Amino acid sequence: MAISKEDLAEFALRLGDDSLIHAQRLCEWTSHAPMLEEDIAIANTGLDYLGRARYFLQYAGNLLNKNEDTLAFLRDASEYRNLLIVELPRGDFAVCMVRQYLLDEFECAYFDALQYSTDPQIAAIAAKTVKEVAYHLRRSREWMRRFGLGTDESRHRAQTALDELWGYVPEFFITDELEAGLVEAGVAVDRSSLEAAWRHRIGELLAETGLHQPDDSWKVTGGREGIHTEHLGHMLGEMQFLQRAYPGLEW
Amino acid sequence: MTVVTIPVMPEARFELNQRRAQSNCKALFTLLDDVKDPEIPVLSIWALGVLQNVEEINGAITITLTPTYSGCPAMSHIRQDIHTALNAAGYDQIIIKEQLTPAWTTDWLESTTLKQLQTYGVAGPDAAICPQCGSVETTRISEFGSTACKALWRCDKCLEPFDQFKRI
Repeated sequence: MAISKEDLAEFALRLGDDSLIHAQRLCEWTSHAPMLEEDIAIANTGLDYLGRARYFLQYAGNLLNKNEDTLAFLRDASEYRNLLIVELPRGDFAVCMVRQYLLDEFECAYFDALQYSTDPQIAAIAAKTVKEVAYHLRRSREWMRRFGLGTDESRHRAQTALDELWGYVPEFFITDELEAGLVEAGVAVDRSSLEAAWRHRIGELLAETGLHQPDDSWKVTGGREGIHTEHLGHMLGEMQFLQRAYPGLEW
Repeated sequence: MTVVTIPVMPEARFELNQRRAQSNCKALFTLLDDVKDPEIPVLSIWALGVLQNVEEINGAITITLTPTYSGCPAMSHIRQDIHTALNAAGYDQIIIKEQLTPAWTTDWLESTTLKQLQTYGVAGPDAAICPQCGSVETTRISEFGSTACKALWRCDKCLEPFDQFKRI
């Protein structure tokens, strides 16, 4: 089945925006982490996401005849297509690691499947990503165990983070019309097909750590349609400042 | 009984070595042996497996690179250094392509490269052996280290911290 250039670009933009916005949030931690080693780890993880964002945005840019910087720095909040969970404020260290863990468990399965995409460039980026994500997951799992099996304070903070983030998770698993078309063409992965296994893995780890799986009583979605939380605009204000003040600036 | 382990070279590394051996741009490969990883200056981009191919296509030197980590900032330095090296040798038409598949892996580091790494002070990806005193009693401090490609370890014997090339 033939797919349109626009749909492919939109798909690359979604994956690029997820990485870019998450990278920016992670980089906000620089010099704020609880200890030097974690400061370095968060920044390194952020760097992996930034690299991935560049690959996807370069690809989207090629299809749309725009350059990656224009896409990253000159769109307004409503033009971003990222999942809402990555734009939420960085919070405390528990929020940082719980979010990373929820995302890592999803991304491991997602990019593992996406490396078999029929689109060679999407497949190549996914194959590169899956190795890095597996590494991230090792660390975030370890932190979940430390939080859950650590002190009352660490357990309390991790549980609070989990409760606050849980309603943003359903967005991982939405295969909308555009992605359904791409799934049919073998380009994308059916997100909904990954949910049961994801819940199983999360459930196992939470049981092991004594943390509780929150109930599914609420959810927030909208990132893919450009309906964002108020936090994204504030973040873009800082992220885009340099490019808007000095248009065309390059390192 | 003596157990002899014969290291198996990964297919991608074998192909890479064959490509160089059969290349009609061998002199250029040799020239680019001087381009090192800016973070680990003992390793050339060839030894790392970043340099994948050198071709002369319609008068332009076309270089194919495979990045180590997606966001590795050394890549832009490496590109500059390639330009500098080739310009100095009189080549001015240079095209640098990036190739993501097969994805880079530490399996492409050959045993001589691993020895160079260890001598330089960075443990190889397979065993965190202290580069200072050679002890195998070591503890991982963090999965991440001073650059995207390294993890941070400590020797339990001489107590010195050291970097390890992350296995990927």
